Amino acid sequence: MLPITYYLGLSAILFTIGALGVLVRRNAIIIFMSVELMLNSANLVFVAYARYFSSMNGQIFVFFIMAVAAAEVAVGLALIVAIFHTKQSIDVDEISNLKG
Amino acid sequence: MLFNQVVNGPNFFGLVPWIVFFPLIGLLVNIIAGGKLSEKVIGIIACSASGLALVVAVLQLISLASNPAGMVVNLADWINVGELHIHWAFQVDTLSVTMMLVVSGVGTLIHIYAMGYMHEDVRFNGDPGRFRRFFVFMNLFIAAMMVLVSSNNYLMLFVGWEGVGLCSYLLIGFWYEKGKDGIGNSIAAKKAFVTNRVGDFGFLIAAFIMFWSFHTFDFNVVFDHAPAIARITPWVIPAITLFMLLGVTGKSAQIPLFVWLPDAMAGPTPVSALIHAATMVTAGVYLIARSHVLYGLAPQTQYIVAIIGGATGLFAATIALAQFDIKKVLAYSTISQLGFMVAAVGMGAIVAGMFHLVMHAFFKALLFLSAGSVIQGVEHGHHHVEHEPKLKKGLKGQEKTFDPQDMRNMGGLRTRMKTTFWVYLIGALALAGIPPLAGFWSKDEILAEGFVLRPWVYIMLTIAAFCTAFYMGRQIILVFFGEPRSAPAEHSRENPLIMTVPLIILAVLSVLGGLLNLPKIQTFANWLDLTLKTGQPVQSASEAAAAGGFNPLVAFISVLLALAAIGLAWWLYFRRYPELQKLPAAKRPDDPLRTLIGPVFTVLENKYWVDELYWTIFLNPYISLSRFLADVIEWRFWHDWFHDVVIVGGYRQITRFLSVRVDKGVIDAAGNELGTATQRSAGWLRRIQTGFVRNYALAVLLGVVAIIGYLILR
Repeated sequence: MLPITYYLGLSAILFTIGALGVLVRRNAIIIFMSVELMLNSANLVFVAYARYFSSMNGQIFVFFIMAVAAAEVAVGLALIVAIFHTKQSIDVDEISNLKG
Repeated sequence: MLFNQVVNGPNFFGLVPWIVFFPLIGLLVNIIAGGKLSEKVIGIIACSASGLALVVAVLQLISLASNPAGMVVNLADWINVGELHIHWAFQVDTLSVTMMLVVSGVGTLIHIYAMGYMHEDVRFNGDPGRFRRFFVFMNLFIAAMMVLVSSNNYLMLFVGWEGVGLCSYLLIGFWYEKGKDGIGNSIAAKKAFVTNRVGDFGFLIAAFIMFWSFHTFDFNVVFDHAPAIARITPWVIPAITLFMLLGVTGKSAQIPLFVWLPDAMAGPTPVSALIHAATMVTAGVYLIARSHVLYGLAPQTQYIVAIIGGATGLFAATIALAQFDIKKVLAYSTISQLGFMVAAVGMGAIVAGMFHLVMHAFFKALLFLSAGSVIQGVEHGHHHVEHEPKLKKGLKGQEKTFDPQDMRNMGGLRTRMKTTFWVYLIGALALAGIPPLAGFWSKDEILAEGFVLRPWVYIMLTIAAFCTAFYMGRQIILVFFGEPRSAPAEHSRENPLIMTVPLIILAVLSVLGGLLNLPKIQTFANWLDLTLKTGQPVQSASEAAAAGGFNPLVAFISVLLALAAIGLAWWLYFRRYPELQKLPAAKRPDDPLRTLIGPVFTVLENKYWVDELYWTIFLNPYISLSRFLADVIEWRFWHDWFHDVVIVGGYRQITRFLSVRVDKGVIDAAGNELGTATQRSAGWLRRIQTGFVRNYALAVLLGVVAIIGYLILR
């Protein structure tokens, strides 16, 4: 069995890729995908520890996160469609109405 | 009281409050209804008010005959504060009843006389409406004087004391718009009031010390406790008597406070007779007589009193020698005679002092009223002359300046005013001390006592008596003998009966008054002893010997001196004066005495410059001080500097500081600064709101990294 540090390292790599994706990409769809990547890196840590501690709690959390992520995608995609209707673009740099 | 009545016969002591009420009723009636009444009715109301007071006084006399101890009649509780209980109570004893009789008796006669005198006077002075005012004041005076003499405590006496002072002030200033520069009478009234205030200050201090040591003002209690107090705190009795003496010198016109009395002659002549000769000015003598127990315990004060009395007697008598105003002579004579009385009571010869007081009231009232008669007679002549064109030439420019009171303008009135002449002569001889008139017996008694008790005072008073006889002789001759020296005197005429009848009554009293206290019989002395002996702890042997004092040697000397003085006056004014009149006007002296004693006469004529001296010593420094206080301290210091600069200026600076520095500088600035600072910081902070989601996400990430880093590394 693989030691837990491997899972944790993979999870960290995935999370970092996701976070960088959120920060540097301009396409809203890609940002969404990066967010999913970060969520799933967290899921990986949960299941890894669940297995490591032989506990079911982590796996239950993973299910909650998947459900929330599905709902989030639904809302997020709807927002993107709405933005696209108004701006004819899904480039997040175009959407800076909150600039002070 | 019922029991007393059964045992001792009837008495009327209960009626004594009416002696004050009757004059008060009289004056109230005249105040309320007098405007509609004629002069005659007003006069009758006032006279009957005074006359009824006389009736009450006579009833007291009758009651005292059967109840010689007298009585204290309590009318009301006046003051009840803490341990101080003062009753409004009347003391009826021989001393107070004597004063009541004099005040109401002489007062009534003067009221009757004043009906005639004021009838003319208000017309001469051009305001008949003041007739009523005069009688209101006169009745008020009678009421106040009755309070003074009938009180049974010092505080009620002080009420009367101030009341008579007020009446004196009102009546001196009766013609307040007349006199020198149209204000002379007001100034005279003010002078009398202020001078008396100095004396009253002494009276009040005496009362304070008395309350402090005796805790009461009641005569009988004070006199009972006085010997004990004198043993415990020896300084108290001399202090009380000395301060009381200051009050006496004010009211009874003694050195040093006598200066007001000559000026008080500005009042109408009946006022001079009643207030400034017969009654009010004797209040001081009465006060010492009443307080004789206290004075008996303070021999040093008695000595001072006697010296002051003797000195005043001599001092004023010499001034009277050189006065030309008929009333001024009598005024200084009054001061001199008051000096006799004060000297007598100061020597402990209370009876002699009181006897002289009563006799003096008779003959001095007579003299003043007669002088008023003379003045009015001459004024008549002046009036007559002014309205006769033929005679008017004879005035030679005297129309405006003519003074009906100047004896140099008189002369020869003997044939023109017969009644006035005879009563004046009787009064003058009584004053001069010619036997058997009243003044001889009373003055001689004082001299006899002085001869035994205080030789120095005796010598002063004997010289004063010589001067008295001289100035009265001079006055009689200047006024009544010789030829008239002015046209008005030539045309003067006698006054109506309403004025002469009271004069005749007073003349009879002046002749017969001496019968009251003849040597050996001593009716008056025995009468007063009923009051004076009670509570008198010790009576020295010499006093006892002198109490019955008739000294043939003293009497002989004083009569001889009086006759010599009259003879001298006769020679100077009857023989020399007409001769001097014939000299050319430039060389002609106005008074033959001036040729005899030269500069001394000038000194006397100017009254030793006492008024000027007082001006220099007291009044001018006082006025300078008050001017300094008013101009420099009050105006420049308090007003200009303290008020304007310190208070107003300081306030202004404080408010300026508060408004500019504190309000604008701190409070407003803080509010404004808060606003601008918020704006500034907001303008600065808004720059971090880029609107790019990624920036926010980075911030969140960095925050999370920071928190986790802290949690891990702590």
